[in-house]
Amino acid sequence: MGGMGGMDMPLGSVGPEIFLIIGAVVTLLYALFAPRRAQAGAAVLALLTLAVTAAGSAVMLQGAQELTFYDTYAADDVAVWAKLIILVVGAVTIGLSVEWFATDPRHGEYYALLLLSVLGAIVLAGAADLMGIILGLLLSSATGYVLAAFHRTSARSGEAAIKYYLLGALTNGALVYGAVLLFGLGATTTLVGLTGALPGADTTALVAGTALMVLGLAFKLGAVPAHAWVPDVADGAPAPVAAFLTVAPKVGALIAISRLVLALPEDQVGWRLLIAVLAAATMTLGNLAALWQDDVRRLLGWSAVSQSGYGLMAVVALGRSDLAIPSMLFFLVAYAVANLAAFGVVIELRGRADRNTYAGLATAQPLLALALVISFLSLVGVPPLAGFTAKLALFGAAIDAGYTWLAVLAVVNTVVSLAYYLRVVAPAYFSPLAAPVPVLGTWAKGVTLACAAAVVLLGLLAGPLLESFDVSELRPG
Amino acid sequence: MLSVAIFLPLLGAIALLLVKGFTERTARLFAIGASVVPLVVMVVAWVRYDGGAGFDLVESVPWIPTLGVGYKVGVDGVSLPLAAMTALLFLVCVAYPVDLRGKPRHYFAAFLFLEAASLGVFLALDLFLFYVFFDISLVGMYFLIAVWGHGDSQRSALKFFLYTLAGSLVMLLAILGLYLASDPRTFDMAELIRQQPLNGDGLRSGLVFLAFVVGFGVKTPIVPFHTWLPPAHVDAPGPASTVLAGVLLKMGTYGFVRILLSMMPETFQRFALPVAIVGVVSIVYGALVALGQSNIKRMIAYSSVNHMGYVILGVAAAAAGMGSDEDGARLALSGATLEMVAHGLITGALFLLAGSIWSRAETYEVDELGGLAGRAPAMTGAIGLAAFASLGLPGLAGFVAEFQIFAGTFAIYPVLAGIALLGIVITAALFLRMLQKAFLGYLPDRWLAWPDLTRTEVVALAPVLALVVVIGVAPSWVLDVIDTTASTLVNGP
Repeated sequence: MGGMGGMDMPLGSVGPEIFLIIGAVVTLLYALFAPRRAQAGAAVLALLTLAVTAAGSAVMLQGAQELTFYDTYAADDVAVWAKLIILVVGAVTIGLSVEWFATDPRHGEYYALLLLSVLGAIVLAGAADLMGIILGLLLSSATGYVLAAFHRTSARSGEAAIKYYLLGALTNGALVYGAVLLFGLGATTTLVGLTGALPGADTTALVAGTALMVLGLAFKLGAVPAHAWVPDVADGAPAPVAAFLTVAPKVGALIAISRLVLALPEDQVGWRLLIAVLAAATMTLGNLAALWQDDVRRLLGWSAVSQSGYGLMAVVALGRSDLAIPSMLFFLVAYAVANLAAFGVVIELRGRADRNTYAGLATAQPLLALALVISFLSLVGVPPLAGFTAKLALFGAAIDAGYTWLAVLAVVNTVVSLAYYLRVVAPAYFSPLAAPVPVLGTWAKGVTLACAAAVVLLGLLAGPLLESFDVSELRPG
Repeated sequence: MLSVAIFLPLLGAIALLLVKGFTERTARLFAIGASVVPLVVMVVAWVRYDGGAGFDLVESVPWIPTLGVGYKVGVDGVSLPLAAMTALLFLVCVAYPVDLRGKPRHYFAAFLFLEAASLGVFLALDLFLFYVFFDISLVGMYFLIAVWGHGDSQRSALKFFLYTLAGSLVMLLAILGLYLASDPRTFDMAELIRQQPLNGDGLRSGLVFLAFVVGFGVKTPIVPFHTWLPPAHVDAPGPASTVLAGVLLKMGTYGFVRILLSMMPETFQRFALPVAIVGVVSIVYGALVALGQSNIKRMIAYSSVNHMGYVILGVAAAAAGMGSDEDGARLALSGATLEMVAHGLITGALFLLAGSIWSRAETYEVDELGGLAGRAPAMTGAIGLAAFASLGLPGLAGFVAEFQIFAGTFAIYPVLAGIALLGIVITAALFLRMLQKAFLGYLPDRWLAWPDLTRTEVVALAPVLALVVVIGVAPSWVLDVIDTTASTLVNGP
């Protein structure tokens, strides 16, 4: 075993993560000392940090596909792709945030927090160790609470943060208990070690440990039974934060769940069925709750819940279908751009929530209305948008894995979801303009339209991306 | 070359959305120009079609290689007549006068978008691509009904979208079932026809077959999946109804031939009888309900359910007769294919004329009309011709198609064919009653100034009605093309 800088602790393989920490600290220091009028400079620093981190991550693609740091951290392509997705999500969030927070005298700190939250999601996606999962999840959660409460004088923002925090405290605790149980059974915290040590362990404890850990990760994912915070945060948190928190942690959590379940002995823990039931409950509950929502932001929150259910279909197919990993990554990309575009429209409309106030949007802001339709239709899964290819791959993976019933349920849910998305689209296109439509600014609009364009382009040009995702292996699988 | 027919209208639609300078007149002329091109392409394709087995005029580009998805288009004897009919109907619909609600650019953009999607469905030779076009046609039609419709059009548009999306998603599951069974995995239709991955009597084949039948059945529509159709038709603007009945319904029946009959013929043969019975139920039920309507559009809509029933019956008879009664099967199949084209032209014309009635009277109720024959001889003549063609008068296109279907089906399912004949009788009654109530008798005072068809309307309708007569009198030029593929199909794999 090598020491610091030796074979097992190659600092270069976590270079992007280290740079992200440095960038966050620099951004924080800048925000502390910069005058109020220069607070926006923190956004530039944060964007630079994300760009350099992304460049440093991208060169690691098609690397050794191995575990590093004494098998605690994965340096496989799935982790790198997750990093890239999360970094882009962070950058888009900054683009949507600059004008939103412009009136906040202390918004420089916001960008430092955002960077740390990005780091939490990234660590979660790379963690191949129970402690790593806890670390990533807590970092992501702790920053998330503060971000959700960033409108310090808004009662709604505070309420959202408190609800987020209370559920988070409970489920994070569950995660830690679960990790302790698995550690006690396997005498190691690395997933690769547990893969060898868990078979034959006490089944009751094994199932309990798994369930508790999945509960903790379901919180990050916004999946049943720990989904209740999502609509509150979508509605009450600052809109750019809501956009970020419904996307970035999901990327990390979905991959963390995948790594975790692959380390479990399947003949003792029926994790596949457990995840399938969670997926079914999540997509159905999210959709039913969204169905009569008149508040577009809550609607997007519930839709985010239901989308987590679709994403879990890929986990169900792990190890049984070649489509599992490519479909998961492609789904995450497609979901991220569509959800960011949808929230982007809300942000550009200054957080407008009541669906009836969207009347005549197509007349006043034709491009924004188009972005809204494109993002919604992609979330439904209408071709040739990105969401369609994602759903096709997910359905294919589920059927391939022998979970046709799950695919059928997802189809039913997809039809239901069309109804509530159209409840927003219909007034925007078919009703006359009721009142003037104040907008936020050119940055938010530009970023929103770019996301909508990406939804179309990713659908049309899914080939190369799916090809890159196809070679991905999931460690320690 | 075929790709031009798909992408030129699409580019036209984008141009209409982006360029703000269009007036109603220039937008219409631009849209007509953009939809002439696909028709020219289809005429050239007709001339160049070689009539051999398999697909011709194929264009192919890899799209998502890891999934086995390609952009691939081409034609055979089934898709070529349908695509040509589609191109003609769209040109006519774009030219047909209708209340544009002050949004000419968006109206024509939606129409051209829908044209690209519809041609794409018939020309696609890859199931993924097929599904893409199949689904985006819903989006175009949703906006056409909701924005330019009348009555409770938003509700009807939503119902249309939800129902048909449900249908296409069920079809998507079936496509995935087929795809996952193929080896190497592919969405390529020609390859799937060669592989026949799910052709047999396994449970999986049965389920995939059932899912396809439900998926296409919603679109066709067959009873009991037809309930979305009447409200969508009634509240849609005339040209949109024409496209809905003339083109979009055919996507369902086309799927029966293109996918079920070609890719899983033995499974189809096993389930041919239940499918044929569903067809007969649609025939009789559609005709009876149509007879009970007083709203012209509802009447035509239910008569579409009846006509699509003939197509399903013909295709099912072809599946049953494959390998045993090949002459009957070939006859039934080419009759069913011709019926798709004939119904597109005839019902397309009827819905356009219904739109003309609405633009004059804002009503579809036959009881509120009457005696129009004296005021509007051209309109009466046009509706009369289309109605007689629809009820199957010899010498018109509908007769040729239905005669073949019945001739083929009698050899295979004599009892079902006998019951289905009832449909013809009822349809005759309903169209005669409509003509009598709306055009004969006393002219109500409020319609004393009823204007006859305008020159634009006449010019637009003329080619459609002329084709109805031409195919009725001399059908061989179409039937020869259809037969090239029909005869290959019924000889089995």
